[in-house]
Amino acid sequence: MSGGHGHAHGLYRPGATAVHGLAPQVKVAATLAFVFAVVATPREAFWAFGVDALLLVVVARLAAMPLLLLVRRLVIELPFLTFALFLPLVGEAPHTEVLGLSLSEPGLWGAWNILAKGTLGVAATILLASTTSVAELLVGLDRLHVPRVFTAIAGFMVRYAEVITGEARRMRIARLSRGYDPRWLWQGRALAATAGTLFIRSFERGERIHVAMLSRGFAGELPPARSAAAGGDAAGADRRARLLAALVPAVAAAAALTAWITA
Amino acid sequence: MSPTDVPALAVEGVAYAYPDGHTALRRVDLTLAPGERVALLGPNGAGKTTLILHLNGILLPTTGEVHVGGLPVTKPNLREIRRRVGIVFQDPDDQLFMPTVRDDVAFGPANLGVRDEALDKTVAEALEAVGMADAADRPPHHLSFGQRRRVALATVLAMDPQLLVLDEPTSNLDPAARRDLADILVALPVTALIATHDLPYALELCPRTVILDEGTIVADGPTAEILADAALLAAHRLELPYGFDPRRL
Repeated sequence: MSGGHGHAHGLYRPGATAVHGLAPQVKVAATLAFVFAVVATPREAFWAFGVDALLLVVVARLAAMPLLLLVRRLVIELPFLTFALFLPLVGEAPHTEVLGLSLSEPGLWGAWNILAKGTLGVAATILLASTTSVAELLVGLDRLHVPRVFTAIAGFMVRYAEVITGEARRMRIARLSRGYDPRWLWQGRALAATAGTLFIRSFERGERIHVAMLSRGFAGELPPARSAAAGGDAAGADRRARLLAALVPAVAAAAALTAWITA
Repeated sequence: MSPTDVPALAVEGVAYAYPDGHTALRRVDLTLAPGERVALLGPNGAGKTTLILHLNGILLPTTGEVHVGGLPVTKPNLREIRRRVGIVFQDPDDQLFMPTVRDDVAFGPANLGVRDEALDKTVAEALEAVGMADAADRPPHHLSFGQRRRVALATVLAMDPQLLVLDEPTSNLDPAARRDLADILVALPVTALIATHDLPYALELCPRTVILDEGTIVADGPTAEILADAALLAAHRLELPYGFDPRRL
């Protein structure tokens, strides 16, 4: 939501590729299976991670997703990687000399493990989010029998994130317009008041939404999410696409298995 | 009594006090004939929204009764009452809460048990009626305010209501969106109660007007006559726009 102005479409990039057209539940399941396969791969098997990366590159090409954009979106994992950066410095013996630094070997392996698996997992998730709209994702989760309460909460969150950030933005502008621009923690009194007001307002909005839901016959159970865009249920060509989707985690799993056997 | 004699809405001696003791409605009597379009005017705090929430049983009166198409608004009847009464709330962001416009319009009929093709058809017709058929797969927060208000109307029309209730339908709309909405409302063959501060809108859309103030109906008559009564309007904090003369229309 860093865009601020206009309509934040999130990570989704509309398109008409085979990957876009795939039923959302297939994509969610394939992504999850792929991530499990990657996590199960022994960290010494560099070649297996190479295979995993190659799979993602192929999917990205099929989805017409520019690799540079994929790499740029990977930036989101940087804060987590800083933790991995410390491992070689604080890890135990034996130590090895790299560029004049004495680094722990188990620490290096640990850092590599996080870096490789984290990057592959995040990249797979980015591919999913770039080719599947939020509405489709919710339909997919629903078809995978994720409890309706969770998909409903996720749906409400997405729906109202923008409404509430908009409210927060207007309150901030009103505050600035009255000459209040806090920079330090001890000036945060008005900021805390703003957060409190925002909470109350959101709470009241929740009540109004509930009344609106009751008015339309809501009796405690949400109807299933249903988006025409999330079709992809036709036979034939779709079966082939599903097979290809299943191939991605299958190959990753095979690589992990081979690596364990040969290790 | 033949079905046409049954009033679309009958509010009889309704009083309501909020749990904190604040009396919002002192005594409201209001009857709408089938097919009538009536404007509900009144200053802020007069009790308009409280009255609206009584029409589909969100609030139940402390004393008095509400009937919709002859059916009393009581707990056992709520499901049918909420099918019969469609309320369009003031803030479309409160009314549109599903991920896409299609899901949102489908919410009401789906709650009534409509499924599959019948549901698709209902949704398509409701969106068609408000000229928003193209927006079915868009998320509500990507629409303009006027479009969201129209979709909010569609969510209610999808339930095929016998009584349509609108709370401040023109608030925050630009003149073109206000015009579009008026054209849609005039074309709808349904009994309607429109709460508004927009007096010219009331005159244009509603042959009859009631004024609610301090929790009771203080005037009820032809819109043109009520709007021409400057003393009455002033007594209830209502005012025509500068230069607007209802007698010269």
